[in-house]
This record gives sequence, structure tokens and C-alpha cells, in this order.
Amino acid sequence: MTGDRFRFPKVEFGPEERALREEVRAFIREEKASGGFTPMADSWGSGWSPEWSRKMGGRGWLGMMWPKQYGGGEKPALHRYIVTEEMVSAGAPCAAHWVADRQSGPLLLRYGTEEQRRSILPRIAAGECYFAIGMSEPDSGSDLASVRTTAVKVDGGWRINGRKIWSSGAHRSHYMIALVRTAPRDMKARHAGLTQFLVDLKSPGIEIRGIRNIAGERHFNETVFDDAFVPDDMVIGEAGDGWRQVTGELAIERSGPERFLSTFPVLTELVRELGPEPGDRDAETVGALAARTMALRRMSLGISRLLDEGEAPEVAAALVKDMGTRFEGELVREARNLLPARAASQSPDLYGKVLADGVLHVPSSTIRGGTNEVLKGIVARELGLR
Amino acid sequence: MSDRIVLDTAERILADLCPPDVVNDAETGVWPTVLWETLEESGLTLAWVREELGGGGAETGDGFDILKAAGAWAVPAPLAETLLAGWLLEQGGLAAPDGPMTVAPVGPADTVELEDGVLSGAARQVPFARQAGHIALLAAGRILLVEREACALVPGISLAGEARDDLAFDGARPLRSAPAPEGLDRDRLTLVGAAVRAAQMAGALSRLLDQSVQYAQEREQFGRPIGRFQAVQHALAELAGEAAAAEAAADAAGEAVAARDFGPHGIAAIAAAKARAGEAASKGAAIAHQVHGAMGFTYEHSLHHRTRRLWCWRDEFGNERAWSVRLGRLIAAEGADTLWPFVTGSHAA
Repeated sequence: MTGDRFRFPKVEFGPEERALREEVRAFIREEKASGGFTPMADSWGSGWSPEWSRKMGGRGWLGMMWPKQYGGGEKPALHRYIVTEEMVSAGAPCAAHWVADRQSGPLLLRYGTEEQRRSILPRIAAGECYFAIGMSEPDSGSDLASVRTTAVKVDGGWRINGRKIWSSGAHRSHYMIALVRTAPRDMKARHAGLTQFLVDLKSPGIEIRGIRNIAGERHFNETVFDDAFVPDDMVIGEAGDGWRQVTGELAIERSGPERFLSTFPVLTELVRELGPEPGDRDAETVGALAARTMALRRMSLGISRLLDEGEAPEVAAALVKDMGTRFEGELVREARNLLPARAASQSPDLYGKVLADGVLHVPSSTIRGGTNEVLKGIVARELGLR
Repeated sequence: MSDRIVLDTAERILADLCPPDVVNDAETGVWPTVLWETLEESGLTLAWVREELGGGGAETGDGFDILKAAGAWAVPAPLAETLLAGWLLEQGGLAAPDGPMTVAPVGPADTVELEDGVLSGAARQVPFARQAGHIALLAAGRILLVEREACALVPGISLAGEARDDLAFDGARPLRSAPAPEGLDRDRLTLVGAAVRAAQMAGALSRLLDQSVQYAQEREQFGRPIGRFQAVQHALAELAGEAAAAEAAADAAGEAVAARDFGPHGIAAIAAAKARAGEAASKGAAIAHQVHGAMGFTYEHSLHHRTRRLWCWRDEFGNERAWSVRLGRLIAAEGADTLWPFVTGSHAA
């Protein structure tokens, strides 16, 4: 079966997992009732709330998989999966901690120095320390290996020059993990000579310029490095090993429930608007969208299980992200065809608001974290076509 | 849960004994004798019947593995139907006979009555009826075993060139009869039938992917294999996704049947599986044909062994629309705040 190529093992939840899920649901219910948050689409990408992040940290829901000595909970990947899928499906504002909890923390845990781990991971786990991604550049998008930002060795550290772009929330983050060229480009070894740096965004020589997105939000940024000094102890892992590290980071970045549930709050509010006895056409659309959600979730959960088994399911993650992000857009399209609303971000009714969030944010789903064209290429390579 | 041995046995037998010419011959009316006898001797045909009743006594999950393999190899015989018939007889504690069987009724509009031990009524488009020795029938609140010879038959044919015959039961007397247990009604039979077809579709899509990738690697145009072209690569990546989604959905349905979960969550899993696998069948078959070009449109090429079956199975035991409507109604009845718990199967009802 396809399992021979893309394995999505079955996941079963035990009493501990069920209890965790109920705990998270109860928390979300109470917060929603008391006005702690209003559901939104793309809540993990756009819903910036340090207050929410601290609440989650206080409950032990950040850095869940990390060792206790770094503020973690030493839980399996499946536990983190449960917390994240409950948050994203509910449309809770998780953007502040998202990158740090999902990929920067795990990267530091794996490749960072003891000092980096001790000083930073507990703060991430507490929901107090936020990270921006420093991969793309004005001339390097899908072709990440073409990055031109350079770091030159100087006494006691490195001088960084260049520009990083599309870094979500950089203007509100504490650190950026920047992929930087530390050796000249070699067309025969395109992936060599790259290094990851842990950059304190308050350092001199760094200017963060906001870029307004189509939703009118200042969400992402251009970060300019002008002779910014980064001390030696802020190199992550081995100098020159950046490509291998960053691809591992991308595999984690691509595999989670946020890659198919970003617009789920639209479906929830659509069901509310349609009421308990919808017509056939309405019921059909809701049912078809639910059926697709269920299949995607089973696949995505399977990946979480593989992560727990120590595998790096890079291709399976690419497959699910390609399908899942396309689905996020289709959900919005189906909803607005079924029930047009005065979609407006300031809409008084929740359906109109989440629909507006959905319409305006969906174009980024199939781009961020690797375009769907790149993802399909990864799948095609696995099929033996490249 | 599932025992890999059963799947391996099925795969080995089918790889050996179900090549394209056997499938083509079957469409002209040649019964695949060796294939069927080997399947039967291996206990695969009655996997869902416990040993005391003459079956193979396999786990329910193993039966779904057999169904995926049967779909992958386009078995031109009632393997799925015999499994399903065995499941139905087993529910009534009835012993299963040897030989191919089928199940009736399979359509929602059919009515079959039983009065004073004599049957009346008809069932339409019964799969493989003319090849079946016996029919497992659900009628008048009873599970019945009927000899095929006791019924009048009007032949019909499916999109895949397989028998879908109309049966008239008037005057027939069942060989065996037992009251259907609580909850076993036409709807439940349809649910299990839908799970069966979803598993077959998942298997067929998986093989369709292999076949299409292989063709794209071998077929050369503009001086290189067409699989080198990005447009073709992306189409095949989508086919891989459809196949994987169909399998994920079908596995969930199989697990619901194995757990005898026919409550709202089990129904949701099965409805989602039939809807999603049916959608994947449409999308996947279209991609496979596009990749194969004119060659795949010929009878000579074996691509149609799977695509025609997919087109047939997506309609049987309820199409995508029927199951989506049902799932949508279940969700609406539960309400918006239970949508997510419902989707995750973790609704603390």
C-alpha cells in the first residue's frame, strides 16, 4: 500500500492523553467565556498575545517535550500535538510563542551550547521568549541555498551583513535564528558554507523594518544587518553545517496540525450559522469538509508518532503540508460560496470575522514554510521522478 | 491489531495469480478458477467467519488488509462480497458454505419479504450474483442464506465489466435462517459495505500510483522520461496525496467496524471514508489517465482494471454526496461547539 512509501502509523490515545485534551479544552472554554480571546483563523500565525503565551507556559504547555532541566515537561510529541491542535482548531492566539516552541527551541536543544539551552529554553517554556525565522532573503525564497547574507570572522565573533525578509513577528521577538553564508558560494557544493546564528535582535547594527501584509497588519519584516556583531558563543551547532540543521528544522516546521487547521474556525462558525437542520447542499459541504479534515488529521497524527519513534518524516510532512494548506483555502472558498457574509475583520458577527481572517490570510498558507511547488518536488523525488 | 502474515499471503497469491490477462479473461466470462481456489484454500475468502462456522477466523482488521490487496490487484471475483457475506452470516451465527458468495440487498430501494418460510421481492445490481453459489440476505429482520440457483437472475454489468445482476427471490426458500441481532439492519449492512468499498478503493489507488510512476519513468518524450517534467511530477505528487488520504480514511473506517462502533463516531468515520475515498478515486483516476496519455485509454493497457473499478466502487453503498450529507447532518445535530470534538472522535458524550 502507500504505507510502503509514505507511512502514517495509527495513533491511539491513552488515559493520560485524553485527560490532557480535556484539560486543554476546559481551559479554552473558560477563556472564551470570560473574553480571554476571540476565535480567529490563522491564530497561530497572526494572533500575537504574550499574555496568552504566558498562560500556556504557566500550564506546562510550551516546551512540552524538552528535558525538565531546561523547563520542559519531558512529554512525548503526541502531547504537544494534542495541545497545538486544540489551540489552532479553537482559533486561540498562539503566534507569539509559536516559532520558539515549534522549531527554535528544538533546534537549540539539538545543536545549541549548554549555555544557550540554559539561558533561553526555560524562558521559551514559560511563554516569555519569542523567536523569528531568519531564512528567506529578498533574492532567496524557495531557493534557500542561494542566501547572500554573510558573516565574516572577527576577533571574538562574527560581523553579519545582509538582509533577511518575511520574518514574522521579528519586531516583537527577542531572537532570530539566521541562516548565513560563512564561506563563499561554491556552485558545485551549493549547500556548503552556511551557518546558523542565534541573533539577539536588540544588538546594535540591526534594523527591523515592518512590512504591511494584505490584511493591513504589520506582521512580517525585513531585518537589515549592518556590520552587526555576533559573539562566537552564538553560533548554533557547527559553522558550515547550517544547511543540514535548517532542513531538519523545516521537517518539524512542516509537520504539525497548523498546516491544515488554520481556517478550521471558519467551519465551526459556519456550522453555527447553518443551525441544527441544514439543507442537503449545506450538509453536503460541511460533511465533505469534515471528511477531508479527518483524513488529514489521521495522516498528520501519524507523523507525530513517527517523530516519537525517532524518525525524520520529511517527505510525509511535505505531502501533508501540500494537501493540508490547499485544503485550508478550499474550506474558505466553500464556506463563502455556501454562506456569503459581510466578511470584514471588524465584523460584529464571528462568522464574518473569521471568514475575513480566512480570505485574507489563506494566500500565505501555501507559501510559508516552503511553497507547495517545492513540497511537491520533495514528494516527486521520493517517488523516484527526480 | 492487524497481522502482517494475512496481508503478505494475500499479496503473494494475488501477485502470482491475478495478472492482467486473468482480469481481462474474467470480463469475457472466464471464471478465475486457480485464483479463487487458492484464495479459498488459504482461508482468505472467509476470513471474517469464525472457525466453528467454517471460516478463517481472522481479525476484522486483517480482512480490511485483504480488501486493500484485492483492490490493488483488481481481483475479478467476489472476494470482497464473500468476505462481506461471511461477516453477515457470522452476525447471525450461521455457518458459511464453501464457494463464492454475495450479499443482498445492496440498494436502499430494494425490498425483500419473508412469509411462511418463502421469500418474495427483488434486489437489483447484486455484485457477482451469477458467479455466486450462495447469497447472504438481510430481510424481514433475519439473516438468511439462499442458494443462487433458487433465484431468477437478470444479468447486468458494471462500469468495470463485472456482474451486477438483478435477482428475484419470489418462491425461494432460505437454506439457513437466523434472527438479525439487535441493531443489525439495512443501514448497518450499508455502513459495513461502504467501509469495504473504501478499503478496496484505497488499495486500488495505491497500485494506481505505482503504475503511473512506473509509466512516467519509462515513457520518453522530447528525449527524456515524461516523469522528468515538473508538471507531471506535481500531478503524481497529488496522486500520492490522494492515495494516502484514501488509505488514512479507509483505515479509520475499518477500525470502526472492527471495534463494532456503529454509534455517531463510527458512522462518522465510515461516512468520511467513503466520501473521501470516493473523492480520491475521481481525482486519482483522472491524474493516472492523464499521465498515461492515449496508451491508458486503450483496452490493451491494464490501467483500466483499476480506474474502472474505482469509478464503480465510488458509487456503490452510497456515493460521496450521500455520505457527505449524512456526515454533515450528524455534525449539524451535534452543534458548532462539538464540531471539533466530533471530528477528533473525542466527544465526551
